[in-house]
Amino acid sequence: MSERSERTGTEPLHAIEDGDAFEAVSETTLTRKERYQRLLDRWVLAPGRIVWSERRARIGAGIILLYVILGLIGPALYKEPRTNQGPRSIAPLAEGLAYPLGTDNLGRDILAQIVHATPSMLQMIAAGGLFVTVMGVTVGTVAGYSGGRTDRALSLVTDIVMTIPGLPLIVILAALLEPQNPIVTGLILTVNVWAGLAREIRSQVLSISRHSYVEASQAMGLSTPSIIVKDILPNIMPYVLITFVNAARQVIFASVGLYFLGVLPYDSVVNWGVMIDQAVSGGAMHVASMAHWLVAPLATITLLSFGLILFSQGTDRMFNPRVRARHASTTGSDDDPTGAGDGAATTGAGGGVR
Amino acid sequence: MQRYYVERTLQAIVTVVSVMSLAFFLLRLMPGNPADAYRAELIQNNPQMTQAEIDHRVERKLNVIPDAPLHEQYVNYVTGLLQGDLGESINEGVPVAEIIAEALPWTIFTMATALLLSFAIGVSLGAMMAYKEGSYFDNGFSVGSILFNSIPNYIVGIVLIWFLGYRFELFPTGGRYSTDMEPTVALLEPLQTLAFLGDAVWHAALLIASYTVVAAGGWALRMRGNSIQILGEDYLRVARLRGLSERRIATRYVGRNAVLPLYTALLIAIGFALGGSVILEQVFTYPGVGYYMIEGLEARDYPLMMGVFLVMTVAVVLGVYIADLTYGIIDPRAQTRGGEH
Repeated sequence: MSERSERTGTEPLHAIEDGDAFEAVSETTLTRKERYQRLLDRWVLAPGRIVWSERRARIGAGIILLYVILGLIGPALYKEPRTNQGPRSIAPLAEGLAYPLGTDNLGRDILAQIVHATPSMLQMIAAGGLFVTVMGVTVGTVAGYSGGRTDRALSLVTDIVMTIPGLPLIVILAALLEPQNPIVTGLILTVNVWAGLAREIRSQVLSISRHSYVEASQAMGLSTPSIIVKDILPNIMPYVLITFVNAARQVIFASVGLYFLGVLPYDSVVNWGVMIDQAVSGGAMHVASMAHWLVAPLATITLLSFGLILFSQGTDRMFNPRVRARHASTTGSDDDPTGAGDGAATTGAGGGVR
Repeated sequence: MQRYYVERTLQAIVTVVSVMSLAFFLLRLMPGNPADAYRAELIQNNPQMTQAEIDHRVERKLNVIPDAPLHEQYVNYVTGLLQGDLGESINEGVPVAEIIAEALPWTIFTMATALLLSFAIGVSLGAMMAYKEGSYFDNGFSVGSILFNSIPNYIVGIVLIWFLGYRFELFPTGGRYSTDMEPTVALLEPLQTLAFLGDAVWHAALLIASYTVVAAGGWALRMRGNSIQILGEDYLRVARLRGLSERRIATRYVGRNAVLPLYTALLIAIGFALGGSVILEQVFTYPGVGYYMIEGLEARDYPLMMGVFLVMTVAVVLGVYIADLTYGIIDPRAQTRGGEH
């Protein structure tokens, strides 16, 4: 706990510099650089190491990274899909590497379609994931921390949103708004997903806010926002990461499904769901030689989703206070031999509180 | 405890009312305002009709009185819904409630079967995995469960229908039952009834399978987690020291305590399975409620869409409500905590 109180302690102590007892402490104040270094350790290096130490998370992170790279630089490197860019309906590798995954019934390169569909999918996932995270964390933290009437009102809204069946609502909203922009689509697809996160975060915050260091901060007269940001948020961050990943899966499932059904409008968008739809209606299920047309988007979606679930399962270990503490302390002693390691370890143990 | 029940009931009511209000405004916001569109159509096709008659027809169709003040329209709409009047399908010309009443049993049949199957399979698998934690059996099935749980169920559906439906022609690729089959459910005709039921199951089998395979993985992982947690509890050691049989420990001590938390999840899943049927029923061209929702969407048949949406929402609200109220009876430990939810 020492490190935490030290950290939260520095700010107010600057403010109240008149007492002798306080000045003694202010000598140990961290420089700006040290502070950033410590933040980096805690938010990037320690989680990174934990992710890397768990095989599932490592494989999952690798798969996700692959898709991110594919989405970021793939479209620039690989040709765009166009009608009649190649012979129609040829099998994968039939003409060497010209059409690695073959072409569809309009002569479009299938790999090109998959590659060029990735950026909009990533945008959709990022928009949806961010929306879910921001909404869930805000509503959950405010409800859990403030309690009383605010909590009741927010909890009621959360429960209502959670109860509305998501897919039918998304179908209706998609029909109403006809989103073309992937970011808007991402928001619509997660319109009710944030509620689950908000509810979980609320219960986490409820237990954290009973801890002594939060009471200490309150007693010192820190403002509510700064208590929330400094004492509470750090503890729920690992959880938020997992939820981001789950929201991403939800976006993929829903978007592909709705593009497949033709519920989401598409004129120019290439999308894995649209590919499945076109493959199914183009007879890929009936003609054995067209199977690759359907297999390619199915495999693309399954692999990404598998990567995300492996990653989220692996990072589940970040919940485990002991694992976190162990890693936080190694990071601490590696980069900061002044003994902050012990402090970080204690924080870690407190941080994993369920 | 009393207060909890009252609050929970109020909450369910507030939810239903909010969703009805949401539906009302969505219906009014729908592109091409269905009321105006329908009205224009009526005026064009029936020039002799009076204004009042047209308004009346529109009202019957959409539960919305054209030109009335918003609050009056709203009251009218909600009273209609509460009396089971979901409006009239624009395309089929029959009340939406009729279409849903006809389709709902099929969706309930498939989804309930799928849910119970996946629950039974998942729970037994998860318990076995927990007992053999760390073994090849556990690792193999864990990876399998994660893999299956990571595939959207409609993709499993597409693959199943592709191979078992089209390629090997073992299963039908759509519909509720064969066209030459007379739907008979009667005690006096056991043979026909059995044949019909068998045919219906055969038609629903792939749909049920694609939901089950995916969901069972999820249940198995959750059950495994719960069981492992309980296996480490002290009372289990005490039970062993008392010399209770391993079988009794497995069923009474571990199984029961690990399954109980899943009860709430199961009831909630019932509601969500209804919502999830939207894509699956489309893949299998199985005319359940989800199928009609997309039909309604494609035909811009807003009353039909909204009707399905409302029915599904009420189902979820009921499921969650029953789960919350009965959990205390099933698991007495929850009763002391009940008020805190």
